[in-house]
Amino acid sequence: MGQAELLGLTMATATDHTPDFDVNRHDSLGLRVQHVLHGNPVLGPLAVLIVAVIAFSLVNTRFFSAANLSLVLAQVTVIATLALGQTLVILTAGIDLAAGAIAVFSSVLMASFCTDLGMPGIPALLLGFACGTAMGALNGALVTRLKLPPFIVTLGTLTIFFSLNSVVSKSETVRGSDMPSIMTWTGTTIPIGGFRLTYGSIIMLALFGYFFYALRSTAWGKHVYATGDDIEAARLAGIRTNRVLFSVYTLAGLLYAIGGWILIGRLASASPNVGVDYNLDSITAVVLGGTSLFGGRGGVLGTLIGALIVGVFRNGLQLAGVEVVWQGFAIGLLVLVAVSLDQWIRKVKT
Amino acid sequence: MRGSLLIKRRLTPALAAVTLVLGTAACGGGGSGGGDDIVGLITKTDTNPFFVKMKEGAQQAATQQGVELQSFAGKQDGDNEAQVQAIENLMSSGAKGFLITPNDSKAIVPSIDKARQQGMLVIALDTPTDPADAVDATFATDNYQAGKLIGQWAKAKFDAEGKQAKIAMLDLNANQVSVDVKRDQGFLDGFGIPVGDPNRIGDESDPRIVGHDVTDGAEDGGRTAMENLLQKDPSINLVYTINEPAAAGAYQALKAAGRDKDVTIVSVDGGCPGVDNVAKGIIGATSMQFPLKMAALGVEAVTAYAKDGTKPTATEGKDFVDTGAQLITDDPQTGVEAKDSAWGKQNCWG
Repeated sequence: MGQAELLGLTMATATDHTPDFDVNRHDSLGLRVQHVLHGNPVLGPLAVLIVAVIAFSLVNTRFFSAANLSLVLAQVTVIATLALGQTLVILTAGIDLAAGAIAVFSSVLMASFCTDLGMPGIPALLLGFACGTAMGALNGALVTRLKLPPFIVTLGTLTIFFSLNSVVSKSETVRGSDMPSIMTWTGTTIPIGGFRLTYGSIIMLALFGYFFYALRSTAWGKHVYATGDDIEAARLAGIRTNRVLFSVYTLAGLLYAIGGWILIGRLASASPNVGVDYNLDSITAVVLGGTSLFGGRGGVLGTLIGALIVGVFRNGLQLAGVEVVWQGFAIGLLVLVAVSLDQWIRKVKT
Repeated sequence: MRGSLLIKRRLTPALAAVTLVLGTAACGGGGSGGGDDIVGLITKTDTNPFFVKMKEGAQQAATQQGVELQSFAGKQDGDNEAQVQAIENLMSSGAKGFLITPNDSKAIVPSIDKARQQGMLVIALDTPTDPADAVDATFATDNYQAGKLIGQWAKAKFDAEGKQAKIAMLDLNANQVSVDVKRDQGFLDGFGIPVGDPNRIGDESDPRIVGHDVTDGAEDGGRTAMENLLQKDPSINLVYTINEPAAAGAYQALKAAGRDKDVTIVSVDGGCPGVDNVAKGIIGATSMQFPLKMAALGVEAVTAYAKDGTKPTATEGKDFVDTGAQLITDDPQTGVEAKDSAWGKQNCWG
């Protein structure tokens, strides 16, 4: 990750304190785990995912089949795409409550560009992406120009976008059959053995791949981490933090709009009434993936795993015959554990 | 620092303008009262097409009866606060009575009591209050009957085809809301499955039921729930859905699994997109409700009360005014009265 080069330093600092803990062998093991997790925040969520997959496979034999696993992937594709944008924002110590609203509103806009304005598929799609990007840019502008806290900004725009969504759509669903086929193309599946991969999932995975690279190996990526870690220090170090923040919110808007497109493919319709929970679901995926809500720590790989954890739990608990109320309970509990783990790992620094 | 000054300078004239507009609106509102009786309409939200249609019906009836309609809505499903404020506003404007679709059947009762003490006629629309006699009358669909109709139809169809049913139940949410419970239990009763406690979803032990899952009454929830239940038991051949958006989502899951031809979906609502899906053979049968009629009858009742104090009386044998439920299908079964999708298209809402 971006802070990997800092690892040597923090390890050294921590070693100074080791004698205090060395008395107890149990603590020493805990400390080592803490160090490993601090260096590789992905390992914690990955372990949870693997344990969950093994456990659910033991409970129900249907769980561990190519068909079911590809289903889980398809089920988390929209949320994962939104959570990717959300990760960028959270890495800068911000939060984007408008993620779901932008996705759903973008999907409704691109559908109505086709049906109401009679636009062909690709221009309508691109214009829809542009709208999502503009909504993200609005968030970015409010955060950087007016210096408003991201929570407040996106709380406001969340409400605005959902209202406009109702106005534009008149609360009516546009059916996939009334749109050009490019709009629902993301829902098409390619069978690979028993695995049924959708184009939407491929787009999502490609986006994760790209941002994994961008955050790790580009100057922009380093600036995102630095801005999230300590914005004042980053600014003094010559990073144009406002520009970084603006780029993050704008890109997130584009990613949400792509998520909206994938959503149309999944539902074979553009419905203004879906996605009310997507904002929080995307944050859940990010948090479960080990990205710190305080910024500067974590990454997109963890988010993908976090989204998969939610999908695996929801699918696995249903197959195990667990009542719906307890499914929510389990995921809530996981979030608390994830945040506690994050706090514990952070203590390595002190 | 500069940023905040800028806000102040820009906001001052803006605030003045807002105050001016509000002031004018207040005066205008007071002036245009014109002596017409005021009838209130308070819906759950103003985005759901069901309530949009309800408002339309109320407006038509109000124009016809020569009364002034004031409508309000909660911000989202479950928003009690906004409905309490709406009642307060109606009380201060001297309304003769109002129609309300409670977001919280219990919590709204104290406010309704106050309004009735002031001499207003209060009618619950679509959703009863708890207790039901907190209002003067309830105008609603018999949701148990609506569920029973699709249950009877499915039973007749499966008997005629000599098929053994494997049933997926796609409900609303985990809260055991009365609409959800009544439709679900009505369906099972109509199909001839013992329901256990009629006030509880999911306590049946009949092996024909594969499982229950929740949809939030939307496409995305319907799709995911159907996918998971299909994984649990791929031999599902009958799907009950709480409403038509959930049914549309379930159909996408069945189509992706290649099961769309041999699985029967039944639903409740009678929205125009749902009736279209009946015509296309996506939904086997649906029970239509009549929100427009519900609201129109409600406004007429309040107007009659304002004129001579008469209060509406309940449908014989029921504790509410039954505004009817009509089975819509293009595959009629003997012994179950139904209308076809052509009739449905003329009478649908949304």
